[in-house]
Amino acid sequence: MSARSSTQLAAQSAARLAAQLPAQLPTHLRRDPAWRGRIMACLLTVIIVWPMLVLSEFKPWILWDWQSLSATGRFLSDFLVPAHDPEFLQLLLRETWQTVAIATAGLALALVVAIPATLIITDRLSISALGTGRTRLPARLLRQGVRWILILLRSVPELVWALLFVRIIGFGPTAGVLAIALTYCGMLGKVYAEILESSDTHSTDTLLANGSGRLAALLYGALPESASELMSYTVYRWECAIRGSVVMGFVGAGGLGQRMDESMKMLAGAEVSSMLLVFVLLVALADLFSKILRRRLG
Amino acid sequence: MPTYHLHHLTVRHRGASSGAPSGVPLPALRDLSLTIDQGEQLALIGPSGAGKTTLLATLACAQQPASGTFTMFDQDPWALGEAARHRLRARLFLAPQTPPLPPRQRVVTAVLAAHLPQWSIWRALASLFKPADPQAAWQALARFNLGDKLYSRVDRLSGGERQRCGLARLLLSPAEALLVDEPLSALDPVLSELTLSTLREEAAARNATLVCSLHQVDLALAHFPRIVALRAGRIAFDLPREQVTPQMIAQLYQGEPARPAPPAAPEPETLPVKPGAGACL
Repeated sequence: MSARSSTQLAAQSAARLAAQLPAQLPTHLRRDPAWRGRIMACLLTVIIVWPMLVLSEFKPWILWDWQSLSATGRFLSDFLVPAHDPEFLQLLLRETWQTVAIATAGLALALVVAIPATLIITDRLSISALGTGRTRLPARLLRQGVRWILILLRSVPELVWALLFVRIIGFGPTAGVLAIALTYCGMLGKVYAEILESSDTHSTDTLLANGSGRLAALLYGALPESASELMSYTVYRWECAIRGSVVMGFVGAGGLGQRMDESMKMLAGAEVSSMLLVFVLLVALADLFSKILRRRLG
Repeated sequence: MPTYHLHHLTVRHRGASSGAPSGVPLPALRDLSLTIDQGEQLALIGPSGAGKTTLLATLACAQQPASGTFTMFDQDPWALGEAARHRLRARLFLAPQTPPLPPRQRVVTAVLAAHLPQWSIWRALASLFKPADPQAAWQALARFNLGDKLYSRVDRLSGGERQRCGLARLLLSPAEALLVDEPLSALDPVLSELTLSTLREEAAARNATLVCSLHQVDLALAHFPRIVALRAGRIAFDLPREQVTPQMIAQLYQGEPARPAPPAAPEPETLPVKPGAGACL
């Protein structure tokens, strides 16, 4: 067949193919299959969020009435010069260190439980689902069981745990550490599993298909992808643990919070203001740390 | 001893119910019978969507057949317990068309991942910290002209380099059956020759079975003694290369529709044959 006649033939058949294409989209493609879901999601959001706004008495305009504004003014003028005598600064440093220690120890304990829990509940790593798409019943039950434990742990607010532990083991930082460990283990386990599940599974799947174990597939397939995200979430949680330990300090769980509670009761605005500055510094520090880590891992 | 024995095998698309709008979708592979001996090298050809990747996934025990018999190494993996089946998977190596390499991983780690089925978890962990056998990884990479990329990160590699990096992992794996899905899609002609020769040498050296799906029919005929052609989920022909004629090839790729047929359409066999529209030879 000569080149010329073959190009002619190709052009003819292309024209014939084009003629066979209908002018409109075929019926099953006319509606975007994602459209209904999106509309429903928007409606649901409105239906759920609206009563919540009403219930939580969300009225931001109250901030701007005359009484609030004058109160704010007095409050700010009292805070203008933070307390900075050496004795107080020394105390502040010690309490800050204790707060950091509570947050770090609590988070470390939480990680000890959260990491194994993550490995159990991530169903992307299921070997039994490989090739069949189904997981076995015992595995499903175990997964669901661990999931429920994590839900239980994080559904009780850390403040409530702290109150409980203060009753059981008395005032002091131990109550704060345990409260953070329990709540954060529930949060970390859930979010770690979701981060791993939302990463690309091609490399993990191939490793599993070639006979690797679950843990090895996770380490060599999913972790390089998700490491920086896992890391930044962990640092963010550490930041939250700092804030949490302050709140828990108010109920007697040690650290800066307990000190702040005392200063507030003595109406020492300047001391409260120095402590707030310390929080800002700690959060900024966490932010910086996270940025450095992300750059190293990214 | 046959590595694989398939008899009247039917395999359905995974998650077919979620993707297809309505109706029962056609199975990806239908009534497929095939025997592959240990140490045999064969090329899988056929138009896009013919079921080559599904067949490779089935051979890799990564997809359970819907009906028919399937044995590998004289065992039916789907009759075995889960742990035994997973041990069987360690005896094969599947290299998917898109290289399964995490972009942020280093090449040395990605290549050494071939050893994961044999390694204990502690060994695997230690190798993440300090690569266990960089020498072996370098040798495997060097056979694909990639030796100098040993400590690069995967996302610094070009598409073709990634593809060869995925195949270097294959060289390190001690598998007895090598299943390779379109290894040449990102390679130039010279590298394609090198890659196919390396794969064949490696398979021959350790008497491993090599099943390789290819779009380059001329390369398939030049390198592989046995050609299995798939079309619309069935075996069109399964012949030694000497018996494959240009007419058979032309017929295999003939009348490929330019777009996928709607699911309600009759089976492809009953469609009128369009003259030479998509034949890509």
